[in-house]
Amino acid sequence: MSQNAPDPGARALDRSDVRLRHDEGLGGAIRAFLDRIRSGDLGMLPVAVGLVIISLVFSALNPVFLAPNNLVNLLFDCATVGVISLGIVCVLMVGEIDLSVGSMSGFASAMVGMLWVNNGWPVAVAILAALAVGALVGTLYAFLFNRLGMPSFVATLAGLLAILGLQLYILGTSGSINLPYQSPLVKFGQVLLMPAWLSHALALLPGIVLVVIGLGNMNRRRAANLSPGSMGGLIVRAVVLTLALEAVVYYLNLGRGVPWMFGLFVALVLVMNYAFTRTKWGRSMIAVGGNREAARRAGINVRFIYTSAFVLCSMFAALGGILSAARLASASQQAGTGDVNLNAIAAAVIGGTSLFGGRGSAYSALLGIIVIQAIASGLTLLNLSSSLRYMITGGVLAIAVIVDSLARRSRVSHGRA
Amino acid sequence: MTDIAGADARRTEPVLSLRNVSKNFGAVSALTDIELDVHAGEVVALVGDNGAGKSTLVKILAGVHQPSSGTIRFMGQEVQLTDPGAALDLGIATVFQDLALCENLDVVANIFLGREAVPWRLDEVAMEVRAWTLLNELSARIPSVREPVASLSGGQRQTVAIARSLLLEPKLIMLDEPTAALGVAQTAEVLNLIERVRDRGLGVIMISHNMEDVRAVADRIVVLRLGRNNGVFLPDASNHELVAAITGATENAVSRRASRREAPRMTAQEEPR
Ligand SMILES: Nc1ncnc2c1ncn2[C@@H]1O[C@H](COP(=O)(O)OP(=O)(O)OP(=O)(O)O)[C@@H](O)[C@H]1O
Ligand SMILES: [Mg+2]
Repeated sequence: MSQNAPDPGARALDRSDVRLRHDEGLGGAIRAFLDRIRSGDLGMLPVAVGLVIISLVFSALNPVFLAPNNLVNLLFDCATVGVISLGIVCVLMVGEIDLSVGSMSGFASAMVGMLWVNNGWPVAVAILAALAVGALVGTLYAFLFNRLGMPSFVATLAGLLAILGLQLYILGTSGSINLPYQSPLVKFGQVLLMPAWLSHALALLPGIVLVVIGLGNMNRRRAANLSPGSMGGLIVRAVVLTLALEAVVYYLNLGRGVPWMFGLFVALVLVMNYAFTRTKWGRSMIAVGGNREAARRAGINVRFIYTSAFVLCSMFAALGGILSAARLASASQQAGTGDVNLNAIAAAVIGGTSLFGGRGSAYSALLGIIVIQAIASGLTLLNLSSSLRYMITGGVLAIAVIVDSLARRSRVSHGRA
Repeated sequence: MTDIAGADARRTEPVLSLRNVSKNFGAVSALTDIELDVHAGEVVALVGDNGAGKSTLVKILAGVHQPSSGTIRFMGQEVQLTDPGAALDLGIATVFQDLALCENLDVVANIFLGREAVPWRLDEVAMEVRAWTLLNELSARIPSVREPVASLSGGQRQTVAIARSLLLEPKLIMLDEPTAALGVAQTAEVLNLIERVRDRGLGVIMISHNMEDVRAVADRIVVLRLGRNNGVFLPDASNHELVAAITGATENAVSRRASRREAPRMTAQEEPR
């Protein structure tokens, strides 16, 4: 018993309504989880189920699929499009879309190639320049949207073509620029791996942070006479998370190990998750996506929120383009074309970010891109032609959107829209 | 501060003072030359028929719409309410008729929307405690403040919107039909609350179609009709006078209905046994 609790007999502030079923302890946590799923608040469930099915099917068809080194390669690939997808989460959160992220990523890789390799700029400056151009493009979209009332999908569709044109223009007749293999950037994109001890240590961190923050919260809530929540649930979550992460890291270390590039991607996801859930800015993003006029009347600067979403999206797209240039050791006319756009958007939606705005999470980019790249990798191992790969990926995206729409309908009918 | 109430209030300078405020939506003149004063510690009821322009006036004062012409003085200064943030910063809080809540956010997030505690590290515990305090002051019947607002009933949502308006300790509070969806106990709480706020020296503008509620708390009743001022009444004015001002005629649907109901009762009484 905490000595702060004013009166052990008194009910906690948030437990005074008699109609409320009090889900205490571990059983309560599980029951609350099932209730949420039933009312259409699916969260990460479709992804988890999807990943299990994908692994079972592809490893049955080709055992190489689950080989440690194939998974390591998968993580390298995830990082590039995953970063782009993180930007897509930002625009989807406010209920808008950016269809030009593929072109933006291709243009950024071309810029780095031109400035760094052809013009001899320091690589860091070339990268910063590409990111700055990304910010500029995002600002332009925000201007078209905020001031001229242009729907974002039209503005960014125009941007898709215009930026692709720019990419082809600066690549000129040669069509592609090779990046030097010995440069740190290309090494980062192809071979840099964490030492095993470090990856194991990092895998411990989330569980520790979860417990420390969780216990702190419980104490503060108890002191404030709010129900503290279940200690058992917290411990179980932390233990399961830590065991899962350690198992994954152990398995990856049987192969080459955990790529630093994937580490960067995860770090960005964690930063964005903090921003979405724990800052005023993130709260405002969700509010604008849910009810723009209500957000405006609450005194939120709605235009600034849209601008920040578009700018972040284009900057993440540029960064993703730079990472994929590093991965391929080249900046070519093909960079950012084809299925990059679609994969980035599909990853966010598959991961559980709603196309309808106001609902989503940074983790959806991480989980969604793992699903997408797992399918891509599995299909490549089966030696399927790209025509079939496109059709299958398209089908998966359609399923993800259907799940999103159905879940939304269920939320509306359960009053949780 | 509590002694500045009631009749004394009128001698002080008004908190809010509107002169010749007009608002056109294209060809529609929603408001024409509106004059309105609200003093500290005074409850002004704004009444009028559907479409009279009450909500439009409230939205202008909340910074949602810009007036087409006219001047607004707040605490003695002429002010431009260019956006809702400007009105909130001045200390004008509003409960909108459509409530303006974000259905995808929970109750705590809605109450603190735009005014979150610690912008870079949201303090959920402090916000939740404050939310419960505000809601309990209103005798709210809300099972959990961590459910999205979409799952609340109409009256519960209205309570959340009222709680939100109290968060900032405003100087003027505007309630657009605050009791329309409320239960008996909650309506009484809101009326008590209006009196408490008034006694703290705040100005209150209240819109209601319920003349009983209006009489119960208002110090003055301002009538709007078709977007124009149509008289100011004290709460002891007769129902007949008020209805006449609201509908614009002594012979109207309400009086005809009243006399229809009177008539059979009279004949019944006169009937010989
Ligand atoms: N955004 C708008 N665009 C065009 N006309 C509007 C707009 N808002 C209000 N109006 C018009 O202004 C007039 C006044 O509307 P308002 O909402 O202020 O009425 P009200 O007095 O609040 O009525 P109620 O009692 O039904 O709430 C109406 O004729 C309405 O059609
Ligand atoms: Mg109205």
